[in-house]
Amino acid sequence: MLNIGVFVCWCGSNIAATVDIDQVVAAAKIQPGVVFATDYQYMCSEAGQKIMRNAVLEHKLDGVVICACSPRMHEATFRKNAEKSGLNPFMVEIANIREHVSWIHKDKAVGTVKAIALVNAAIAKVSLNAPLISGESSVTKRALVIGGGIAGLQTALDIAEAGFEVDVVEKLPTIGGNMAKIDKTFPTLDCAACILTPKMVDAASHENIELITYSEVESVKGFVGSFKATIRKKARYVDEVACTGCGVCMAKCPSKKSLNEFNCGLNNRPSVYIPFAQAIPNVAVIDPQSCIKLTRDKCGLCQTVCEAKAIDFTQKDELIEREYGAIVVATGFQPIKVDKFDELGYSQNKDVITSLELERLMNAAGPTGGKLQKVSDGSHPHDIVFIQCVGSRDCTARGKNYCSKICCMYTTKHAMLIRDKYPDINVTVFYIDIRTAGKNYDEFYRRAAEDYGVTYIKGQVGKVYEEDGFLVVQGSDLISNEQIKIKADMVVLAAAIEADPSAKKVASMLTASIDTNNFLTEAHAKLRPVESPTAGIFLSGVCQGPKDIPETVAQAGAAASKVIGLLVKNKLVTNPCVAIADEMLCSGCSNCFNICPYGAIGYEEKLVNDHGIRETRRLAVVNPALCQGCGACSVACPSGAMDLLGFTNKQIMAEVDAICKK
Amino acid sequence: MQEVKEFKPNIVAFCCNWCSYAGADLAGSSRLSYPAEVKIIRVPCSGRVNPMFILKAFEKGADGVIICGCHPGDCHYNTGNFYARRRMALLYSMLDFMGIEKGRTRVEWVSAAEGAKFANVMNKFTSDIIELGECVKLGDIRCKD
Amino acid sequence: MQGLEKKIKDRASELLQSGAVDGIIGWEKGQFEYDPTPAVFTKETGLDNLCYNNFCGANLSKYLVGKITSDKKFAVLLKPCDTYSMNQLITEHRVNRSNIYIIGIGCNGHLNVEKIKAQGISGITAVSASDDHVNISTIYGDSKLAKKEILLGKCEVCRGNVHVIFDELIGEELQTPKPDDRFEMVAKLEAMTAEERFKFWQGELSRCIRCNACRNACPACTCRVCVFDNGRSGIEAKANASEFEEQMFHIIRAFHVAARCTDCGECSRVCPENIPLHLLNRKYVKDINEFYGDYQAGDIAEQRNPLVNFGDDDIEPTTVSDKGGQK
Repeated sequence: MLNIGVFVCWCGSNIAATVDIDQVVAAAKIQPGVVFATDYQYMCSEAGQKIMRNAVLEHKLDGVVICACSPRMHEATFRKNAEKSGLNPFMVEIANIREHVSWIHKDKAVGTVKAIALVNAAIAKVSLNAPLISGESSVTKRALVIGGGIAGLQTALDIAEAGFEVDVVEKLPTIGGNMAKIDKTFPTLDCAACILTPKMVDAASHENIELITYSEVESVKGFVGSFKATIRKKARYVDEVACTGCGVCMAKCPSKKSLNEFNCGLNNRPSVYIPFAQAIPNVAVIDPQSCIKLTRDKCGLCQTVCEAKAIDFTQKDELIEREYGAIVVATGFQPIKVDKFDELGYSQNKDVITSLELERLMNAAGPTGGKLQKVSDGSHPHDIVFIQCVGSRDCTARGKNYCSKICCMYTTKHAMLIRDKYPDINVTVFYIDIRTAGKNYDEFYRRAAEDYGVTYIKGQVGKVYEEDGFLVVQGSDLISNEQIKIKADMVVLAAAIEADPSAKKVASMLTASIDTNNFLTEAHAKLRPVESPTAGIFLSGVCQGPKDIPETVAQAGAAASKVIGLLVKNKLVTNPCVAIADEMLCSGCSNCFNICPYGAIGYEEKLVNDHGIRETRRLAVVNPALCQGCGACSVACPSGAMDLLGFTNKQIMAEVDAICKK
Repeated sequence: MQEVKEFKPNIVAFCCNWCSYAGADLAGSSRLSYPAEVKIIRVPCSGRVNPMFILKAFEKGADGVIICGCHPGDCHYNTGNFYARRRMALLYSMLDFMGIEKGRTRVEWVSAAEGAKFANVMNKFTSDIIELGECVKLGDIRCKD
Repeated sequence: MQGLEKKIKDRASELLQSGAVDGIIGWEKGQFEYDPTPAVFTKETGLDNLCYNNFCGANLSKYLVGKITSDKKFAVLLKPCDTYSMNQLITEHRVNRSNIYIIGIGCNGHLNVEKIKAQGISGITAVSASDDHVNISTIYGDSKLAKKEILLGKCEVCRGNVHVIFDELIGEELQTPKPDDRFEMVAKLEAMTAEERFKFWQGELSRCIRCNACRNACPACTCRVCVFDNGRSGIEAKANASEFEEQMFHIIRAFHVAARCTDCGECSRVCPENIPLHLLNRKYVKDINEFYGDYQAGDIAEQRNPLVNFGDDDIEPTTVSDKGGQK
């Protein structure tokens, strides 16, 4: 029997307030195998860890139970500590008496009883633990970045600069993402294109970066250090190498009625097109939905006029297989569709637009050449009303319950730019709260209100309707506590932002967890904000939650540094909690082989000596480098020959036993 | 007057480390309460849960056993919960076929982000078990009348 | 039947004499007409006692499991339904196909001597059967019974005279019995209330003496060491400490063979307490068909069984527990 030590953490008052620590210690002491039990205010502190190390030496402990917070929090800490004291790290078990007890059960008597049951289960489990030795696996020195917006590009550039190869997979024909559509950036008002396009060029020309545009990651297999991805490169119908980006095809294409996605559908584009002037790669793409040749097998004019002979209607989707050591998700966001907000008249009135559409209207490269005009008739507007929080902080089904974070600042930016360029335009902003936390952000807002004369009204808008050729915005002014109506020529809706629709599929593919809003979950909300709980998967930009450009770039860099930290390693320590087959029990039936998602189980013809009978048998053999420790095989095995180290049948049954003991 | 003893069920919850266990942690850090009768055993995957564990729990006095895993399609190990789904569907069907109350066993998919769902699921399951009362049938099935 | 027995003996003799096989797995005459037992015949034993009569219901496929590492070659006599078990054993690598010679033999249904005795017939000396009737000679005189009344349970739901795997066939022209609806009894139980089902199973399982005959006869139960005998499984039980464990045995056993069970009916055939254990397995066959599409274990070798497979939109366990028996 093991010598087991039990250490009960108070977690300050987090545990001690609702669990009777003394009772837990006393109950642990009388459990079989327990030779030492004590408590301490903060077991995770250096002093607490030292108590554990000393006890291991003094009481010759060969099993340790820490009764504290979730093992997802500090299991690694205490395992490391065990190692420091010469104990195998896998001889440590955690009883989660904080998240699963003290924080949810306010009645101290009730909490204490449950805590004791969980501690007993951990003791029962640890008494069946066996020392485990971690193996090693190799690291493919190449990273995959999914998404070619500012987040993905920054991550890719940082990784590439450190000397590792990076592939950036972008689903659209060009990199650049949402930022490419933006005119100016807050709070400095520098032009977005001026700061983004050099980065795009850097990425395109970097020797370590390969841009795989108009492509989607179709499947990912493997695990940290050795992922295998299949990337679908969609048919462009244009030879990427031959195309010079001259634009003659665009000019000649007779099918010009497709909505221009880059300009938010505010104008049209031809079927063969380059998304925007600074697109990278600067290569045309043919829209198979509207191209006359591809839909009706007529026309083909572009092919005739292309001097580079780059048009290729026979092009097919291509599948690329690549191996990676790390994968960064940078799938970004999109504004929500505002057509569900009927009362705001977006679908009914052309002059009710979204903020992103306004960006395009104010952009020199946009549909109006940067001239702010009404969408309906091209006339000059005199009164513009901005409505904030359209779908943000909205608990109804049509909205998002979170704050989109960037809208207060970009609305302020828009208001300021309009007042600056067109002093004759009156600008009014309806808001719930103005949230301008950030360096120089509040100053920026105050400048808009105080120096630029933007009118801010605290209150929500009830409806927007048309009257006598004008828009009327009816809302409440909470400061003066009255209903007001404002005449407007244009109304701009600050639509909430949501995770890009591709995020859910990408997360599933990577087995990375996702929250109820389809934002990817970080490994720890505070301490590991750029890592997914799935090893080897990192998060960059808005895919993790709303953030502005500086935050995105900071997070992108942080994700890159985590990737670099992984790729510089030559070997990774593998999880030793892997499946293991008992040679004496295995009958070679292949159930485990059929079920293993990692191809980690193989068969060998092996000579065994089964109680004196020597014979060659077909036996399952687990490759510990490939096994990820899911344990599905151990259940598929009818004879119980397959078991999972760290979570053996006997260990789990011992926990069951301890918990059910009345 | 005879004292009526309040029935305190014994409930074992097998929770996948990657989703539901984290969901339970989130319920904890969000201070979302659920009955203390629910005691969680951490498993790497719902696909690790052997029907033997469930029967063993009943044998040892559990009144209800619930298994929580990642939503189908979101398994940390790609496919574990798909297998768990088939296994448990069949196990539950068999228990029902033998006349054991079908409400004593349950599978719920709870993600790491669904702390509130975790608490709701446990509240509901516990009240269902309280309604069913003590689990005696599995032990009684061989008793002669 | 007599003619067929002779054909089998002649062929077996040829195979042994030529050295094509080292042994024949077949049925050996017992003390009475109705108690033949599985046996291995070799050159040494001779074939005098090899028999094939109305009572050779035993499925011989499992007897090959012990020969997997043998360097000798065995011929095995398999009735149509037995060949499904053989395929399943091949799929699970529990037999070595290359040292097995499969003689598929015809079948027109086998009899359950208990059912004959239950009719008050004793002192049986000879039995001869046609497709519909059975003539039974006893020391007290002859009687004639409807064959349907005295068939083995598994023959009542016969799956036909097709051998799904064989090296050669003998007497395949025999007509197998017309089957009843295989799932009738399962459906009947499903239609009962939970309380009625519980009473039914309580009545049945209470008779179990844990003799392990079901496990030993089952061609799917071929683990080297059964989980119930394996100290590492956490549920081992030499002698049961509680009655709970005994009923757990039947649930676990049904689960372990689920999707692998060919519904050969050996479990119920060998049960000394006549517990209809096959109903547990057949419930799984029915569930699997309904949940995941029709599946017959062993009809093709090397197929992936539904429990080591999945679909994206499989039925939720919650749906199963909410709906219960009424699907």
